Amino acid sequence: MSNTYQAGVKEYREKYWTPDYVPLDTDLLACFKVTGQSGVPNEEVAAAVAAESSTGTWSTVWSEYLTDLEYYKGRAYRIEDVPGDPEAFYVFIAYPIDLFEEGSVVNVLTSLVGNVFGFKALRHLRLEDIRFPIAYIKTCMGPPSGIQVERDKMNKYGRPLLGATIKPKLGLSAKNYGRAVYECLRGGLDFTKDDENVNCQPFMRWQNRFEFVAEAVSKSQEETGERKGHYLNVTAADPEQMYERAEFAKELGQPIIMHDFLTAGFTANTGLAKWCRKNGMLLHIHRAMHGVIDRHPKHGIHFRVLAKCLRLSGGDHLHTGTVVGKLEGDRNATLGFVDQLRESFIPEDRSRGIFFDQDWGSMPGVFAVASGGIHVWHMPALLAIFGDDAVFQFGGGTQGHPWGNAAGAAANRVALEACVKARNEGRELEREAKEILTEAARHSPELAIAMETWKEIKFEFDTIDKLDVK
Amino acid sequence: MTGTHEMGDYQTTPTLETFSFLPKLTQQEVEAQINYIIAQGWTPSIEHELPGRAFNHYWTMWKLPFFGETSLDRVLDELEACRRSYPDHHVRLLGYDTYTQSQGVCFVVYEGRG
Repeated sequence: MSNTYQAGVKEYREKYWTPDYVPLDTDLLACFKVTGQSGVPNEEVAAAVAAESSTGTWSTVWSEYLTDLEYYKGRAYRIEDVPGDPEAFYVFIAYPIDLFEEGSVVNVLTSLVGNVFGFKALRHLRLEDIRFPIAYIKTCMGPPSGIQVERDKMNKYGRPLLGATIKPKLGLSAKNYGRAVYECLRGGLDFTKDDENVNCQPFMRWQNRFEFVAEAVSKSQEETGERKGHYLNVTAADPEQMYERAEFAKELGQPIIMHDFLTAGFTANTGLAKWCRKNGMLLHIHRAMHGVIDRHPKHGIHFRVLAKCLRLSGGDHLHTGTVVGKLEGDRNATLGFVDQLRESFIPEDRSRGIFFDQDWGSMPGVFAVASGGIHVWHMPALLAIFGDDAVFQFGGGTQGHPWGNAAGAAANRVALEACVKARNEGRELEREAKEILTEAARHSPELAIAMETWKEIKFEFDTIDKLDVK
Repeated sequence: MTGTHEMGDYQTTPTLETFSFLPKLTQQEVEAQINYIIAQGWTPSIEHELPGRAFNHYWTMWKLPFFGETSLDRVLDELEACRRSYPDHHVRLLGYDTYTQSQGVCFVVYEGRG
């Protein structure tokens, strides 16, 4: 490459396609699934993605010669076929760590999924995975508490936690809403949750909700002798109101608040996570809008990337889908990103959609939250799939019980404990599901009625976003 | 749904976390859980406390955690000895997991009369 400036348009691959490059341990690596416009060679498309998501622009400019772009540029270093898709291919790109501000998933995403997604030479583009170098991870705070600290604070060991989203999701007055919370908690749930779209509407202002819920939590704790909480949603129109709500939750002595990380944005989320660390508050994270971003198999961002970004931005719980309930989610892909939330090292495993080894170092883990269309019959499968470090949230499956919320909560708690006990005894949960639940129901009329109520409900639709496998 | 069941009344009951919604575990069932702790490589440990103080994070430890213990009978003997010394106390069994720095198992084996 010459060092003299020549104006004009160069082919991207001259600079940004470097098949001999060996990525550094400090590089941030990304895998994109690319579908180019016809007639453009794959290497040129790959190089264009690398350029447009790092240092490049469409035309050569003189000021490039004032710096060492060889040091700063992103490099497309590998192309692979996508199994079962003749049009698309995977592009692997290495970005030097100095392209990104420390501790800012905002900056990483602005680069990697910024302008390049509207680039005309591409028909579709999907960010499948990111390998964050451990050097970068160490610049992020991550979860305010993490799994282990939350278990200690809430005194919940050897089992998943149980929750429920209060229904109807909109329209209850604060006092009636608190009633629904109290009934769930006294029946045996660990947590209840504000629905994501419960913020501060005319029918229930947040101050009123927080006060009534706080009374429900404290009375249920006194009566059961167990530690309880309600995810108070502090998602708000602006950060000032978000912090005001968080402060009030703390003033009321509540253990946990919640936030919607995608609609509110990563800046708000990272700020709130830091507030939670400072104030000893647990943080539950909802994921409204993810389906817009992650469901199309050829375009957007895979949820495993959003999950990794959330772990860096900060949250103690994250919704992951249930695999078995009413919402989309392939089993192996779900297990893949659940690992990214909870483990400290995850090796590359294409059968789970994991494209890179990922070392999280000492970053705390995030509870996986399974919520949406699940009921007692799903309990054995949920425990087999998610293990202990998860929160199972039965909304309709608690509050739809013929005797009401408390009985519904007790039914779920009995089913959960029966499954945990059976697993520890070495029984096969999914194969013996019916026997395990039937035995448990002999001592629990609440469970027997729940099993009767929901015996016919299944959600068997094919998954839209499947893993690319041969 | 309506009409098939009498409407029931759910009474709130004080509970003691994991397994407290199941019928009291039999001797055999307690043994199975101890075997699970040992098989996972976790450290069995015993704690006890007066029922009125059970909400506290810290219960009193019975001796020290049984580091390296792999004998079911030894753990059973210690549980029994703890109960005999503190008949009015709740007695719980824990499995310390050094990797997660958490407890993989924790449940109350004997409920105190106090």
